[in-house]
Formats: sequence, structure tokens, C-alpha cells
Amino acid sequence: MYDGGKIIAGLLIGLVLLTFPFWYNLGKAAKLPEPKLAPEAQKAKQCVESKEYMAAHHMQILNKWRDDVVRKRYRIYIGLNGKEFNMSLQNECMKCHTSKKEFCDQCHNFVDVKPYCWECHLEPKEAKEGK
Amino acid sequence: MFEKAFVGGKRYWGLVLFWSVFVVIGFLFYLWQLKVGLKLTGMSRDVSWGFYIANFTFLVGVAAGGVMVALPCYLHNYKKFARITVLGEFLAVAAVIMCLSFILVDLGRPMRVLNVLLHPTPHSVMFWDMVVLNVYLIINILIGWKALDCERNEIAPPKWVKFLAYFSIVWAPCIHIVTAFLYSGLPGREFWLTPLMAPKFLAGAFATGPAYLILFCLIIRKYTKFDPGKEAIQTLAKIVAYCTIITFCFFLFEVFTAVYSNIPGHLNHLKYLFFGLEGHAKLVPWMWAFFFSLFIAIVLLVIPSLRRDEGVLAIACLLVIFGCWIDKGLGLICGGFIPNAFDKVTEYWPTFPEFMISLGVWALGFLILTILYKVALSVKEQIGE
Amino acid sequence: MGMDRRRFIKIAGVSIMGLSLKPAVDLVDKLDASEVRVLHNPKALKGKRWAMIVDTRKCAQCKRCTAIEACHHFHNVPQIPDPKREIKWIWEDSFEHAFPELATRGEEQLSENIKKRPFILMCNHCEHPPCVRVCPTQATFQREDGIVMMDMHRCIGCRFCMAACPYGSRSFNWMDPRPYIKKENPEYPTRTKGVVEKCDFCAERIDQGLLPICVEACKSKALIFGDLGDPNSEVNRILKEHFTLRRKAELGTGPQVYYII
Repeated sequence: MYDGGKIIAGLLIGLVLLTFPFWYNLGKAAKLPEPKLAPEAQKAKQCVESKEYMAAHHMQILNKWRDDVVRKRYRIYIGLNGKEFNMSLQNECMKCHTSKKEFCDQCHNFVDVKPYCWECHLEPKEAKEGK
Repeated sequence: MFEKAFVGGKRYWGLVLFWSVFVVIGFLFYLWQLKVGLKLTGMSRDVSWGFYIANFTFLVGVAAGGVMVALPCYLHNYKKFARITVLGEFLAVAAVIMCLSFILVDLGRPMRVLNVLLHPTPHSVMFWDMVVLNVYLIINILIGWKALDCERNEIAPPKWVKFLAYFSIVWAPCIHIVTAFLYSGLPGREFWLTPLMAPKFLAGAFATGPAYLILFCLIIRKYTKFDPGKEAIQTLAKIVAYCTIITFCFFLFEVFTAVYSNIPGHLNHLKYLFFGLEGHAKLVPWMWAFFFSLFIAIVLLVIPSLRRDEGVLAIACLLVIFGCWIDKGLGLICGGFIPNAFDKVTEYWPTFPEFMISLGVWALGFLILTILYKVALSVKEQIGE
Repeated sequence: MGMDRRRFIKIAGVSIMGLSLKPAVDLVDKLDASEVRVLHNPKALKGKRWAMIVDTRKCAQCKRCTAIEACHHFHNVPQIPDPKREIKWIWEDSFEHAFPELATRGEEQLSENIKKRPFILMCNHCEHPPCVRVCPTQATFQREDGIVMMDMHRCIGCRFCMAACPYGSRSFNWMDPRPYIKKENPEYPTRTKGVVEKCDFCAERIDQGLLPICVEACKSKALIFGDLGDPNSEVNRILKEHFTLRRKAELGTGPQVYYII
């Protein structure tokens, strides 16, 4: 093998870089997410779809809603059991899930995604609830 | 073949390092812009495009101008250019990459740029501009690389290369015509609303592209063993001469229409550029610099004895590049936006970060050009041309 | 032709790249399968061509425009002091700036009365909107009722629409607008840095059966909103009775904001 030393050194560096995320996070077991349902949500009992479906697909629903509302003028979503919902993150979703911190952020932080919904859409004021 | 980019003398690596430094600095400034938004630039509600789009427009011209070596070579069988077509193709590659980068740094939300592909919109000229530029980039990479590879192996290039070469000759003007259509189809921007936009763009392109190539040829001959040929350089010089004259004439035609018709909507933009309006005159020295640099360049280029002197020729080429860069750059953008839709004047001047980001994009282009030219010239030196 | 190592690696590489597409394809499949259960709001106002009439005679009597204040508060429009970075959906300007081609520089013949009047400007919701024509992503589009709408989710911030608009109706978010919003309206989103915005005739209110907020908030009833597609509408009646101007109508854009002089 020509340049054996260089090749092996290169491979080693490559291996270290490749496994960097693993040993960087070693010993820092992330806390399992605990999304808390606000009292408003508990009272409503039922979201627009089943809990399992929402956990897996809420991002697709929201993605579809935003086109439906802005581009196709649909404002009403017929949820499970035929209940009608106003298709609005700010004026419907967050009326039940009143705390972004206790609900949305729990899982989003765990999987380290930062949806930019909140760059425009206002989250409910948390400070008021604290008092 | 690419391995030739990794072996080189001190001069080559020095040049690579030089461009890389500016690329890194520019990129750092870009990260800053990404974080805080385009408020870092001098653009405003009234002048909503600026230095980025100005450089973009100019560089589309440079990219299209590369065709002026391929066209005589392939269509007129002008053998003197056969040795340097690859220089034109690689220049086009570098220029188009700069164009695309300038568009990217100009976007408010660059992360969403693929929306253009996700929601293709045939009635938008911007969509077509993206299509023509990317296609042009790909065909130039393919032609340049394959032709060079065949040259290295001393075999005739395959048929598809020749087919693509013809195709790119037609495609090259298209990229600049479509870029002109970005501007010339907008109601209410009288300065841009002229069918002369596309021809003027093309004339300028066919002056600046070959002007760059002449400069590169002169540099290459000085520092490498490859000689592009005196006659090839002189033919390019004639192309630059004619196209610069046409560009200048088109400019004068525009002035005539505006001045003789005396329609304020047309006249005010030119007044702002060359004399200032309501006490705002930031671009006045620049526009006169454009005027005189093209004028002097024409004098130097049309007199045969001067043109044959390669020192004078180099100066003339620099003047052409500089003049067209002002005219097709800030002159075009600011002229179009000032005065604005309310007949008010809001001036524009690039800020320091904006300038550094632009410099970074230019350096990126020249870095790519340096590497591509290094590969091409190594091949040419190897086969002993 | 035999296969050498180089060729094998090339083919293998491309195949692996192909595999990486699979999750994306799966996702699209799943989306298509999700049920479509959406309705329009039955209270939504229906129109064929919404238009606005501005009675500038009434505007002349006002000192403070409550319509502008209401709009900008409702839509969370930031108050940015630097005019270069300004964002506005509806604003006032003088006759000579609103109609520069009618009042070219230096002409003094205008009646004092008109010179002093404020002109309320906003998006003209053109019949043939140049901004919609140039947008490369259809982020700005025209609804069936004529409203020229912005989809903030899709805008890439190329600002081609700002170059195309002959009315200066569009504003770009040169920075994060939130620090400049004094009191947020929790019912409406803000915008984010890097997107273009403008008046949308309160499309979301129309879809819920309400009039645009500016029309509702104007104290002197100077703003009249209605459907030009309905021959019996109030706007059609007013247009028949009054001489009105439209900004730069000669450009063929078909602006839908009419000014009673």
C-alpha cells in the first residue's frame, strides 16, 4: 500500500468525525418528552383526529390546513365524530393546547426540531396563566 | 482528470488560498445576514433590488459571452478558436455559479428556494430564468469536461458533445434574453420597459465575455506553457470592438428617445443617473465613468495599431468590463427604481456587509475558475499544445 | 462491455441515492391517503370582483385616519420608524404622489382643495396583477373573487413582485418585525423576516362574513367596499353617479380601488 500511514490516519479521522454525535452526547440521556394536556384540552376530550393520529401526523394536517385556508378558502374541518373545527393554529389549536411550552415544545425539543410556525403565529401568552 | 487540480506550484496554491480567504469572509458575512435579515443591506422599500441583482445581471452576460468563442469555432469552423473553446465554457460555468449564488444571497428566505421547483410557474420569468441558467450550467460542465477529457486522450469527442455544443450556442443568448425579460416586461418601470433591453444585454454580454477571455489568455500565456495564439486574441479583440460599439449605440438610442420625446416618466430616470434629481446624485460620477470608459475603450479598440498592442488591448478590455459592469449593474437597477412609483427619490448604496458578501461570491467564482483553468491548462501542457 | 471498478462504483452510488428517495415517496403517498373533510364557512361573503371606493371628499375632513390605525393594529403591522424599512398595508399620501402622471413635477394648476386632501392608498387588487404574473412560486395569487392574496408560507422573498407592482403597494420584511409591534393582536399572525406583505382586502374576514377592517373602522364612511360583479351593488351605483380616478389605469392592470374626487 502506498502512503499507508496517511491513509490509515485519514480513515481514523473520518471514523472519529462520523461517530462524533454519539460520543458527544454520551452520558447525557435526554429526558423523555412529557407533553401535558392543558385543562381546556382535557375538557374537550377529543382533538380533530385520534390522539395517535395527531401525534404522528399533526404536521401534515397543519401543512394541509395552511394551503386549504390561505389558498382554497376552506375554514372548517370536520373532525372525528363529525365535530366542526375552525382551521386555525392560533384561534383553534392553541385555544385548547394553551401552553406551547408544556405541549408543543416537549416533543419538539426532544427530537430537536424547530418548526418555524412560531416565527409568525403567536403563541398564547403564558405569563398571564402563571398569575 | 480532476487530480490535476491537486498538484500545482506555489503560484497556483497562492491563488487558491487568496480566493478562499475572501470566500470564507463573505460566507461569514452571509451567515450574519441569514441571522438578522436583509436589513444588513442598503436596499429599501423603494429600491428593493440592489448590488446582488446588479452583479447577477452583469454575470449572466459574462456567462453568455463565453459563446463567442464556441460560435465561430463550431458554426464557422474557425480553427484558431478550437484551442480556447474550453476557456469559454469554463468561464461560463464559473459565471453561472456566481449568478446562482447572487440570486441565493438576495433571497429573503433562501431555505425555501426549492419552492420554485415544487410549484413550477410558467408565467413567471424568474422560473424560466432558473431553468435556462441551470441547463446552461449543466451543458457547459458536460461539454467542457468531456471535450477536455477527449483532448487528453487524444481522441475525437463523441457525437453528443458536438450536438450539445451546437445546442449551447443557441442556449447562450437565451439565458441573457430571459434575464432581460425579467426587467423589460414590468408595467410601471419605464426605464426598463423597452424592447431594447434584450439586444442591449446581448451586445454588452458579447463585449464583456470575450473581454474577460482576452485578459485570461494574456495572463495564461505569461504564466503557463500554453499559448492561446496571437491571432485568436486579435479576433476576440475585434469581437469586443464591434460589440462595445453596438452597446454604446444602444445606450445613445435610449437617451435619444427619452430626451427627444421629453416624457418625464422616461427622462427622469436618466436625469437621476447622469445629473441627479432633487439633490440626489450618488450615481452621477459612476454613470459618467461608464460613459467615458466605454468611449475610450471604443477609441482604443477601433484603431488597428492600438488594438494590436496587447498592453493597450488589455486596458481597453478592462475599460469595457468596468463600463458594462456599471451600466448593467447599479445603473440598471437604480435607474429602474429611482424615482419610485410615487415620483419620489430614495437613493441606494450598498453597505459594507453587502459589499463583502458580493466580494465573497465573486471570489467563489474566481476560485472555481482558477481550479477549472488549472485542470484545462495542465491537460494542454501535457499534450504539448 | 465489461464492468471496471470505476463504473461499478458509479452505478452503486447512483442506486444508493435512489434509495434515499423512498421515505419522501412514502410520505407523499400517506398524505394523499388522508381524508379530505373540509368546508367553506357558510357565512363567507360571496363576490365576483371586490372593489373599494375611497371618497376623498370625506377624507379631507379627517385629521386622523382611524382606518389605517385599525388595519395596522389588526394585522400586526409593525411600526418601523426608518422609511426605508417601513411596512405598510394602507397609508396616506398627497395627490401628486398618488397620481404622479396626472400631477407631473412642477405643475401648480391643481386646485388647493385637492392638493391638501389626503389620499388613502393600498393594494389595488388589480384585475390583471403584474405581481401575480411574476411570482415564481405562486406565493402571491389571485382568488376567484379578484382578491390578490399573499401566501406567507410560500414566499421565498425574491421581491420580484415589488419590482412588478406599479403602485408601491408591497413591503418587504427586511428584519424580524416583532420588536416593532407595540400591541399584538392575538387573533392574527405576524410576519417573519424575509417575506413580502401587503393589503389583502381582509380576505380572512371576508371568508367569515365580515367587511374589511378599514371599512368598518372608518369614522366618516369614506371607504365603501363591495362587489362590482353584482350590478345592483352599492359600489356599482356609486361609480355610476360619480367621476372617479384609478391610479395608473393606463397600464392595463385594472386597479380596483376607485377615488371620488
